[in-house]
Parts: sequence; C-alpha cells; structure tokens
Amino acid sequence: MATHESAAHASHAHAAPQGFIRKWVFSLDHKVIGLQYYFLALLAVFVGMFLSLLMRIHLIWPAATLPFLGEIKPETYLTLVTMHGTIMVFFVLTTAPQGGFGNYFLPIQIGAPDMAFPVLNMLSFWTTFLGFVVLVAAFFVTGGAPLHGWTGYTPLSALQSAGPGEGLGADLWITSIAIFCIGALMGALNFITTTLDMRAKGMTMMRMPLTVWAWFVTAILGLLAFGVLLSAGILLLMDRNLGTSFFVPLGTINGQLTGHEGGSPLLWQHLFWFFGHPEVYIAILPAMGMCSQLLSVFSRKPIFGYKAMVYAIMAIGFLGFMVWGHHMFMSGMSPYTAFAFSIMTMGIGVPSAIKTFNWLGTLMRGRIRFTSPMLFAIGFVSLFVTGGISGPFLAQPVLDIYLHETYFVIAHFHLIMGVASIFGIFAATYYWFPKMFGRMMNEPLAKAHFWLTFVGAYAIFMPMHYYGMSAGLRRYSQSTEVAYILKLLPLQRFITIAAFITIASQFIFVVNLFWSMFKGAKASDNPWEATTLEWITATPPPHDNFGGRTPVVNNGPYEYSVPDAPRDFVMQTDPEIKPKH
Amino acid sequence: MGLVLLVVIWLITLFSTYFFVAKTWWLPAGASAAAAGIDHHFTVTFFLMGFVFVAAQLALGYLVWKYREGGSSEKASYSHGNTTLEVVWTVLTTILFVGLNLASSSIWAAERFRAAEANAVHVEVTGMQFAWYFRYPGPDGKFGLTKPELEDASAGGEAALGLDTHDPASKDDVVSGIMVVPVNREIEVILRAHDVIHSFFVPSMRFKQDAVPGLAIHMHFTPIQTGDYEIACAELCGLGHYKMHGMLKVVSQEEFDKWMAAREAEKQ
Repeated sequence: MATHESAAHASHAHAAPQGFIRKWVFSLDHKVIGLQYYFLALLAVFVGMFLSLLMRIHLIWPAATLPFLGEIKPETYLTLVTMHGTIMVFFVLTTAPQGGFGNYFLPIQIGAPDMAFPVLNMLSFWTTFLGFVVLVAAFFVTGGAPLHGWTGYTPLSALQSAGPGEGLGADLWITSIAIFCIGALMGALNFITTTLDMRAKGMTMMRMPLTVWAWFVTAILGLLAFGVLLSAGILLLMDRNLGTSFFVPLGTINGQLTGHEGGSPLLWQHLFWFFGHPEVYIAILPAMGMCSQLLSVFSRKPIFGYKAMVYAIMAIGFLGFMVWGHHMFMSGMSPYTAFAFSIMTMGIGVPSAIKTFNWLGTLMRGRIRFTSPMLFAIGFVSLFVTGGISGPFLAQPVLDIYLHETYFVIAHFHLIMGVASIFGIFAATYYWFPKMFGRMMNEPLAKAHFWLTFVGAYAIFMPMHYYGMSAGLRRYSQSTEVAYILKLLPLQRFITIAAFITIASQFIFVVNLFWSMFKGAKASDNPWEATTLEWITATPPPHDNFGGRTPVVNNGPYEYSVPDAPRDFVMQTDPEIKPKH
Repeated sequence: MGLVLLVVIWLITLFSTYFFVAKTWWLPAGASAAAAGIDHHFTVTFFLMGFVFVAAQLALGYLVWKYREGGSSEKASYSHGNTTLEVVWTVLTTILFVGLNLASSSIWAAERFRAAEANAVHVEVTGMQFAWYFRYPGPDGKFGLTKPELEDASAGGEAALGLDTHDPASKDDVVSGIMVVPVNREIEVILRAHDVIHSFFVPSMRFKQDAVPGLAIHMHFTPIQTGDYEIACAELCGLGHYKMHGMLKVVSQEEFDKWMAAREAEKQ
C-alpha cells in the first residue's frame, strides 16, 4: 500500500510552472484552481446579490425609475428571479465551498501533492467559467434573460412563445447549466479519486478531517446528480430547438397550437428535482464539515461524536436522493408517492439533528475562542437550526398544501441552503485566509461583518415566514393585484430595508479581503493552533504542498486538550497518542 | 464576546417567537371542511418545532457564554463524545419526525386518496396565461368536448376554452369567469391548463393544486362558510403570474341554483 501511494505521489508531483499564463491562468496547481473557483464565486455572488437588490426595490416601489436601468417591468422582475437563483445556486453555493475550498484544501488535508487529475481539474474550472459567461450573456441578447425561474418548469421554459426571454435567453440559460454540469462532473470524479487514492501514509478514512468527509460525500452526490441534470438539459434543448416533445404535451399558447404533443411536464420536474434536492446538500455539506472543524478547533476540544458525524453525512447524502418528490406534492404526481417521499424527508431530519446535537456537545465544556471564523461557525449552527425547523412543515404534504410556493419556502431554503452555506464560506475564508495568502485578515472588521450579517440575515428571512404563513406567494412581481397580498406590503418594506443594510455590510468583507491580502499582518504557519495537515506546511504552501516531504499521519484530526500533552493540541503528524474517551 | 452572543441569539429568538405566538401574521380563517384538521396539525407541528427552535437557540447562546475562554472553565474537557447519548437523541428525533408525519397522514389520505362523493358539484377549472375559467356541465351532467385548435383566448368564455359547439353535451355547458359554488356540498374540481403550468390556490379553503397541460387532475374540497374568497395562481406561469387572480363565491344552495339557472337562460 505504501509503495503504491508513494508511486502515486511521484507521478502527480509536477514541476512548478514559471510563466504567468501557466502559473495563474491555465494552472494545474489545485491551490491556484481553488482560488480561481473562489474568485469566480465572489464575482458571481456580487452579481447575484445585486439582482436581489433590484428585486427588493421593485417589490416595494414597482413604478420606480432606476438610474441606467429605467423601470423594472414585471417580466424583468422574473428574469431577476431566474438569474439570481441560477447564479447563486450554481456559481456560488456549488462553486465556492466545493470548487474553491475543496480544491485548495482537500489535497493538503489528506497529505497529497495535488489532485489526482490536475489537467481535468484545470478543465473543470474553465468549463465552469465558460458556463458563467454563457449565463451572463443571456442578459444581453434580444429578449433578455429567461423568466421561468431557476427551476425552469416546462412547458414555460420549453416554448419560445411562452414569454419574453424565452427565446435565445432561455437557450443560453439551459446551455450554461449543461456546461456547468460537465465541469461539475469532472470535478466530482477528481475529488472522489483523490480522496480514495491519494491519502498520505496513516491517513485512514476515519482520520480524515470532517471537511474532507464532507467534500468527498458532496463529490459523490455531484457525480450522481449532475449527470441527470445534464441529460435533462440536453432533452430540454432538443424540445426547444429540434421539435422533440419530451416535456411538452399538446397545448396552445394564446390560442396558437405549440406544435408539440405527447410530452410530460412532470418528467422535467422529476429529473430536475432528482438533481435539485441533492444539490441542496451539495451546497450545505461542505459548510457542515467546516462548522464541525471550526467548533472543535476553537472550543479546543475533540469534535463530539466523530463517527456519528461521518455516518450522519453519509445518511444525509444517501437519503438526499430519495426525497426529490417533496418538491412535487402539488404537481399532480400520485398522492400515494407523496406519502413515501414525506416519510423519507422527515427521516433526513434525524441525521441533521444528530449533527446539531454534536455541535452543541462540542461547545460544551470547551474553552471557546471567539475568533471571526468561530463566530461564523456559531452563527452557522443558529441559522442551520432556524432554517431546519421549517423543513418538517414543508415535508408534510398536508401542510405543504397551504405553504407550497409561499414565502415560507423562500425563508426555509434561503436560511438553510443560502445563508447557512454562505456562513460556512465566510468561516472558511476567515479561517484559511492566513494559509492561502500568508497574512491575517483584520479582526475588528471581520467581527463587524459578522454582527451585521448575522442580525441582518435574520431580519431579512424571519419575516418571510410570517409573509408565507399569510399565504404571500413567491415570484409575484407586485402585491397590488391580490387584496390579501397587498395587506402584507409592510413586511416587504421591512425586508427590503434589512436587505439594504445587510448587502451594504458585505462591502466590509470585500474591503477586508483585498486590503488584508496586501497589508494584513504576517501570518505564522499555524496561527489558530490547529492540528490538521495544512498547518504543518509553509504559509502559503509550496507548489507540491509539503516541500518534497510526504507527511505521515499518526493521529485523528481533532486531538485538542489531550491530558499530559505539552500543548493543548496534538498535530496529526505528531507521535501517536492513545485516544481516551 | 460570549455574553454578547448570548444576548443577541436570545433576543433574535425572542423577537422571532413573539410574532409567531402573537399571530400578528397568520393563516386566514379556514372555510373548508378540511381546514380544521389541517390547521390543528399545523399548530401541533408549530408547537413541537417551536420548542426545538427555542431550546436549541437558548442552549447555543448559553453554551457559548458559559464555556468562553477566560470564563469559569479552566481547561477544555478531553472527550470524544458519548455513544449512549448519540443513540438516545437519534431514537428521540426519529420518533418525533416520523411520528409527526404519521399523525398527519390520515388527513392527507382523506383529501387525496379517495375520489369525490357521487353528489359532488363538478367544476372544471382551466388555467391559461393569465386567467382562470370555470366550466359547469349543466343539467346533463356531462362536459362537452373541447379542442385545442378551436381555442380563441382573446374571445374569452367558451371560445377561450375551445368548446366544440357541435357536441350535444356542450349545449348546456356554462363557462364563467368567477367560480360560484354552493356551501356544504363537496366540490369536485377538474384542473386543466392550456399552455403552461398554473396552480389553483384558495388560501381560505386550504386548497392548492397545480393545473398541468396534458393532464386533467381531479380534486375535491367542501366549503363550509359562505363568502367571497380570493384565488391566486401559485405556480410561475409567465409575466402576468402576479395578476392571475380569481374569485370563489360560496353561496347557499338556492342562490347557486338561481345563478346557474340564469346562466343557462343566457345560453338559450
């Protein structure tokens, strides 16, 4: 085994490139590719956030004329909805935690010199980048971006005549998603192979940090889910352009026959959500891994129930593929299947609850250091609980009858899949920035950023529960046409104001990020006194990660406050300790 | 810092919970036979999940304050967890979540596993960009044929539905822009859509069902309060989604009969 592994290492250690293009643009180095993914996601998140700001403005001032953009029409509002969702889900929540941090730190945390397939890694980034360019291009073509929502339900998304933006804009949208899927599939293969084959001597599966477990399971989910979405996307493109009818039955638009017959709109929903639900876990699992890691590091305590955490990640991944139908209780699918999907969905609450208990157990009897990454990890737990407990409402078809498509759903998935995941990304940024850039981020600015974002996220999304319980519907560009929805306008006003403040406070983060890159205090190799392998190497890590040496692992990833140890942490490469319970 | 976190997390919990408990914004009063059961289960879920929410947030706030560095604890304890505890909370949450689900399954079954009663009032509900049309079969109890090639959306009414006037069963069909139904009778709705997916949502009836092109979906509900209720489209259907609005008028049986007779008279 050892010889096999060292042979694998030798074949993947490539020489450090010298030219700018090979070093920073078409790089094979997983660290550079990780940063490329990260900055792509950073660009995407600001685009997505700007779109949401326009949505918030339109919701409370539908007739407002904006500088450069003019008036936002109802159809424009829906293109904002569509592009906000697509950009955030694919190019932020999938790209940053997995493509960004996973790429950078998975090989280092398992003691590998690089990913298993460096060329594939480069290709997967540039494919993803191309996907983003194609998506953004949809804004600039005739008819503009599509208005069918990020879920692209057919026939709305399949017919050019279904609305403005459903022409070339919709073709670009689905092409972009297909391209993204190809990139994600390449990335997933790479992550899985790397985790299985490239671990350093002594890095058994059960000594892997929980971040690595999370990236590994996320990659498996990606491999199984993105292939299905890719197929669905190709079929949709054929329906749109080649006259097939996979998703479109006999029907008319405005009295004109569409020329399609025999297709099933529900087939699209099944294929989409077979991807779409695992996608939720693709977004949140890395954040869970991150949170586990940080709670242990900054409580100076071993993670509570490491094995339970690993099994919970696996259970969430496994069950994640059996629950897609809970998006379709009202779709016309058989009501008997709703029963099965509902039980499975409630079941997924169990591993989620186990993780929460273990996080609280980790804090208990710790010695908590309130660094900025730790604050975001604690914030993650709070938001994960809040976003999680609205799940059992929506998972029960009898309550979903009422809540489906209301803002209650928006509140639920934004808190758990959006904000909680973003908190994971922020925590990871503050935690790993010293390793990536060799400098510390400014701590007072980071804390200000935390408080504003934490309170702001609650101020935005908590009122959406109330709005949804009053049957306020999502994807409504104006509240003016339905009397009971009009009465809820004050809630929308409050949310918009909260969004303004929260979005503004994100600039604190950006300023801190770029300022610290050049002006931050120099970081030591292990500023947080953490135990995993990225902290044994230089800061920033050399091209082959460990400067020609291959680490040998003797300990688990979370050995803090070990009795009789010289320090309150034992590195994974330190001489083996006998773990006691 | 620990204390600030405790205060902020507890305050957020307090504010959030207040508006739920005070019911400042809440579900509209239920007006269908199923509403009471659904609302009851909503309340049960609400209390259980509310308890979990409050307990978890209070615990989180307390723990980060209590175990802060420089606080009462001298040294972090060296513990890798507790298998008994893991088993206990796994079993407890399984019972909570699966039990909650089973408790509601009978309501779902009553709503969706059985067909409408034989004496139900039949209404065909058709969604198209961006209007709802309601069709009644008339005295013969049969809906006339509709053909997509006959649809003329701009003409409205029967023409919008593409009603084939040569079919004898279509002679007495009544097409309306508002939905009028008698109180305390089961209503069987047959949901259709011409173009894209729409969703027929009547919040007060606790009733929602997608209308899907190519499908005729049969569902039923029983209004138990007379009055006017808003119908909203709950599935994104295009640029006019937000104004795809309709009215459901629940009236006494006599008023319903009178209304229906007047519509039939108009047709002759």
